[in-house]
Amino acid sequence: MSGIPHDHYEPKSGAEKWLHKRLPIVSLMYDTLMIPTPKNLNWMWIWGIVLTFCLVLQIVTGIVLVMHYTPHVDLAFASIEHIMRNVNGGYMIRYLHMNGASLFFFAVYIHIFRGLYYGSYKAPREITWIVGMLIYLAMMGTAFMGYVLPWGQMSFWGATVITGLFGAIPFIGESIQTWLLGGPAVDNATLNRFFSLHYLLPFVIAALVAVHIWAFHTTGNNNPTGVDVRRGSKAEAEKDTVPFWPYFVIKDVFALAVIMVVFFAIVGFMPNYLGHPDNYIEANALVTPAHIVPEWYFLPFYAILRAFTSDVWVVMLASWITGGIVNAKFFGVLAMFGAIAVMALVPWLDTSSVRSGRYRPMFKWWFWLLVIDFVVLMWAGAMPAEPPYSTISLIGSAYWFAYFLVILPLLGVVEKPEAQPETIEDDFKAHYGKAETPAE
Amino acid sequence: MLKKIAISAVAALALSGSGALAAEGESHVHDVDFSFEGPFGSFDQNQLQRGLKVYTEVCSSCHGMQYVPFRTLSDEGGPHLPEDQMRAYTANFEVFDPELDDFRTAKPTDHFPQSNLENAPDLSLMAKARAGFHGPYGTGMNQLFKGMGGPEYIVSILTGYTGETKEEAGTTLYENTAFPGGWIAMAPPLYGEDVEFDDDHSNELHHEAEDVAAFLTWAAEPKMMARKQAGLAGVIFLTVLSVLLYLTNKRLWAPIKGKKTA
Repeated sequence: MSGIPHDHYEPKSGAEKWLHKRLPIVSLMYDTLMIPTPKNLNWMWIWGIVLTFCLVLQIVTGIVLVMHYTPHVDLAFASIEHIMRNVNGGYMIRYLHMNGASLFFFAVYIHIFRGLYYGSYKAPREITWIVGMLIYLAMMGTAFMGYVLPWGQMSFWGATVITGLFGAIPFIGESIQTWLLGGPAVDNATLNRFFSLHYLLPFVIAALVAVHIWAFHTTGNNNPTGVDVRRGSKAEAEKDTVPFWPYFVIKDVFALAVIMVVFFAIVGFMPNYLGHPDNYIEANALVTPAHIVPEWYFLPFYAILRAFTSDVWVVMLASWITGGIVNAKFFGVLAMFGAIAVMALVPWLDTSSVRSGRYRPMFKWWFWLLVIDFVVLMWAGAMPAEPPYSTISLIGSAYWFAYFLVILPLLGVVEKPEAQPETIEDDFKAHYGKAETPAE
Repeated sequence: MLKKIAISAVAALALSGSGALAAEGESHVHDVDFSFEGPFGSFDQNQLQRGLKVYTEVCSSCHGMQYVPFRTLSDEGGPHLPEDQMRAYTANFEVFDPELDDFRTAKPTDHFPQSNLENAPDLSLMAKARAGFHGPYGTGMNQLFKGMGGPEYIVSILTGYTGETKEEAGTTLYENTAFPGGWIAMAPPLYGEDVEFDDDHSNELHHEAEDVAAFLTWAAEPKMMARKQAGLAGVIFLTVLSVLLYLTNKRLWAPIKGKKTA
């Protein structure tokens, strides 16, 4: 698969040759597992394995939960309590699934920011990036619909608020909202279709993950220097890389085990820390919670959604130009989806020829400001929509867009990059000194 | 300079604004040291049995616990009533049986009845459905160290009555320092010495309140002991696995990094 020269699978025994002629599946697994991987990958490159593990964890625990869950407005909440109280080990399966979603998003955010810092989105890895963004979107859809299934107060009101966003689309919004909900309001039809899609989307994600891996196995991994692996000959490539198995498999599994220690501590000792207490109250269409807040991983985008109120000049301008079609609510929806869209378009917004942020003195500062911005937005999203939080959200949202639409395009022109190492081998040696025996 | 002033102004605004919010939300819920807190904490069986008595003699006249089956009162890691006591306790209840279309004596597999009063919330999950602690500044750090504060919220409500009342739209409201908004429709349920405990434990108001809060925490999270044990086993196993994988990884990479293998 990879364009980096390396040993390929050779069927040896008669049975292997027989199979290989008919279905080269062993060859596919061999090439996938033995892909030459830059040997200077740091600890930020472990999150892919963590994410793969999360997907498997969520699918396995999810399938078990489905065996005991009842998707009906009168029974859903009680069936969760049945799982928590009567099903053997049910409390553990459910808490793993619940907190597994948080680990999934925690890992995906680090994975995304890793990509943003080391320029993993740049040519020739644009497709990997775009597919990654599609995975992220599918994850958000899956998590949102999954949160509705326990049919608690936040489930119900979260669903009402988020589907209400589609109602903000001019002219056709209300019809779309009704179509999504299967009726005029969040009800049994909504719960059932969310259940169906919550079961479907993880398999779509699994397929997208396969494409994601296929794409970066074609281009080869990025690495902290952003310098390409030498591909002139196999001997040359082997100076820059080691095979994925066993070197990175063992490293990644070690990192995964450490993360699992923390994860099991959370599941075992404080499983409800990341959740909202209101979701232990059964959904009630007649009682609106004091503060409707999404799960923590949606908060930055929720903050952007709420930041653009009708007194902000860009909103007034948009409203005036469009003759009132784009009102504050619709503008907020556009801003929220736009915030993800600009991130998806970053391969074409970043004009710098240098891939890794390590050699970009000015970029570094703006990048870390973006990370802080993300955390501040997350915090502001959890606060009530009133000053000063609305102002902070607005400043945070403005910076988010400015980073992608103004700063990145300009930096490529004004910034003077630092010297990059000639090869990955040089970078590796600078860290560890000269190897006594070459690999293999 | 102007930028600096702007930044400090924003920071000051943020701090004062959220400070006010934090004060409103949590100042009246005080932390209680429960035996079941922390990774190694466990339920005090006697306290749960006392709490059950408070629930039975006081709370249950208005509130229900529809998700809690009677049989779980004998479960280990809970009140752990002897089988015969649990059966005798269960027989005090009447439940509606849709098949008979009539009321009958409760069986251990039945659940506690639902609330008698429409505006008395079900208490099965009350200890998880309220957060006593927030902040500071909406960061959730307090919850990290003190817990979500559900049981503390229950204690604070039960002990937070000031004695003031007011009439509003034909209902009497009671001033309560822990209740959001300050006025609650529930009349003070406990005054102290409401229940005689079998183990001669003090029945002062705050003891009764803590006992029933502990019981309701068990009712909301009956598998807490098993969960903590599983969590601890997971943490220990994975820590050992991490160490082994660390050593494997170190040894594996040593020749690549030009280091001597151990």
